[in-house]
Amino acid sequence: ISNGLYKRPFNEAFEETPMLVAVLTYVGYGVLTLFGYLRDFMRQWKIEKCQNATEREEQKDFVPLYQDFENFYNRNLYMRIRDSWNRPICSVPGAKVDMMERVSHDYNWTFTYTGRVIKDIINMGSYNYLGFAQKAGTCQQAAAKVLSQYGAGVCSTRQEMGNLDKHEELEKLVARFLGVESAMAYGMGFATNSMNIPALVGKGCLILSDELNHASLVLGARLSGATIRIFKHNNMQSLEKLLKDAIVHGQPRTRRPWKKILILVEGIYSMEGSIVRLPEVIALKKKYKSYLYLDEAHSIGALGPSGRGVVEYFGLSPEDVDVMMGTFTKSFGAAGGYIGGKKELIDYLRTYSHSAVYATSLSPPVVEQIITSMKCIMGEDGTNVGKARVQQLAENTRYFRRRLKEMGFIIYGNEDSPVVPLMLYMPAKIGAFGREMLKRNIGVVVVGFPATPIIESRARFCLSAAHTKEMLDTALKEINEVGDLLQLKYSRHRLVPLLDRPFDETTYEETED
Amino acid sequence: MDIKSMKNYLYWLYCQFELITCSYLMEPWEKLLFYTFNITMLVMVLYMAYIFVPVHITMAFQFFLHLFGNQHENTVSIVK
Repeated sequence: ISNGLYKRPFNEAFEETPMLVAVLTYVGYGVLTLFGYLRDFMRQWKIEKCQNATEREEQKDFVPLYQDFENFYNRNLYMRIRDSWNRPICSVPGAKVDMMERVSHDYNWTFTYTGRVIKDIINMGSYNYLGFAQKAGTCQQAAAKVLSQYGAGVCSTRQEMGNLDKHEELEKLVARFLGVESAMAYGMGFATNSMNIPALVGKGCLILSDELNHASLVLGARLSGATIRIFKHNNMQSLEKLLKDAIVHGQPRTRRPWKKILILVEGIYSMEGSIVRLPEVIALKKKYKSYLYLDEAHSIGALGPSGRGVVEYFGLSPEDVDVMMGTFTKSFGAAGGYIGGKKELIDYLRTYSHSAVYATSLSPPVVEQIITSMKCIMGEDGTNVGKARVQQLAENTRYFRRRLKEMGFIIYGNEDSPVVPLMLYMPAKIGAFGREMLKRNIGVVVVGFPATPIIESRARFCLSAAHTKEMLDTALKEINEVGDLLQLKYSRHRLVPLLDRPFDETTYEETED
Repeated sequence: MDIKSMKNYLYWLYCQFELITCSYLMEPWEKLLFYTFNITMLVMVLYMAYIFVPVHITMAFQFFLHLFGNQHENTVSIVK
């Protein structure tokens, strides 16, 4: 099924965890668990002061609230490395960012600010794919003008008095950008998913959702009341088997046919850096007559020769995707989400979506930021800044991923995705990596247990068109140093370094040591 | 120069040990407890090895000699 559908090579790799590393990771977690039990014992018997949340004295005989694994993990493991998260920044999150310095004198239970601001940290953590998070430039000026015209608040929901002409302009522009008949914009990307899926499906429908879907999709699917079945991540055989079973057996007790079958996938999965196998999904959807809901939160603006997302990246037609959802948070430097599709669908959603009826509509300066940045990407503002940015992002992605793989790190995901997860595995290295990179003036996001499986913790780099090659080289040099210091180069495949091949070559020679 | 690079290498090895066993994340008294336990265990294992391993090796050596040789060393005397 896959040979004739892909017009370009699809290079995705998830290297297996080396056995020794897995064993040592479990050893590390085992030691921390033992010490966690010891500390809990000491807190219970009042040998040590208890600084986390506990029940009141009167409630001690009731059902215990904080005894499950999540809370154990929280107070014994997460607290030790907590200083790598929730770091306060105090400037626009562009390619470089300023951060407020904070110290902790009681091992991360409380933080105090020293008052110093660390300036010009290279920002490898913000979702700023096309570099539109700027405090100067055409987008900012247009937004400032609209702010002085309309103010910041809308003070109403979309259906009451909150439908501005700016919103109509935005929706027409989004529809034109995506190549669909009509679109609708919402104030919050998470709410777009969780409030609109219940409007599209209900009881008696079937949702086939990918294993690693985002929490907003999972929440929307659960709120709808439909039956949910999960297929393995990006695995088309698993999806086809589920579709076949659904068509053949129908609903569980009554054997009636399902009212609707909706497949929920994402364009780029942000924890793995993988891209959905869209040609195969569309072929399956057409064969089994189901519907497709594509969440392009990370891929809109970041993939495709002119930034129109994963549909353009594969060279497919936007009419094949029934519901195209995306967010304005990542590539457009604003906030909010949209849904695009056929006119009947969007007209239905305008009436029946919870988000349209109850949520405040988008704020006017934010709408103007989206309009200006979208026009810039499409090239309608008369310059080719947008096209240059899209190309710069693609170049940065290929260069960064290739250099990291050559250094010997394990990198997950597709060659073309601007989200680069670097595997760390051991819990102490999560904290150490975050701290060492901050010492060298680079801000990274490290991810641990609840968001990833327990041994597969990683550092996630988000590349941006605003990163120049010098910044990337500096970052790579520091990552190399930290990788040698912390022994993070686990990969057993050695890539022969390319000398001067052009950027659209995707064939490597692999030699195994 | 060699001593300095040797010291750096040993310090780096110690850092790797700290990272793998997560003692990098522990508070000082926890580290003390952990290292005391580990060093005690290590010393006990080495002491056991020092006492018992030579005796076991000589006994095994004689057993194999008896198995393959069966010569004039029938009346073997055990050296205390």
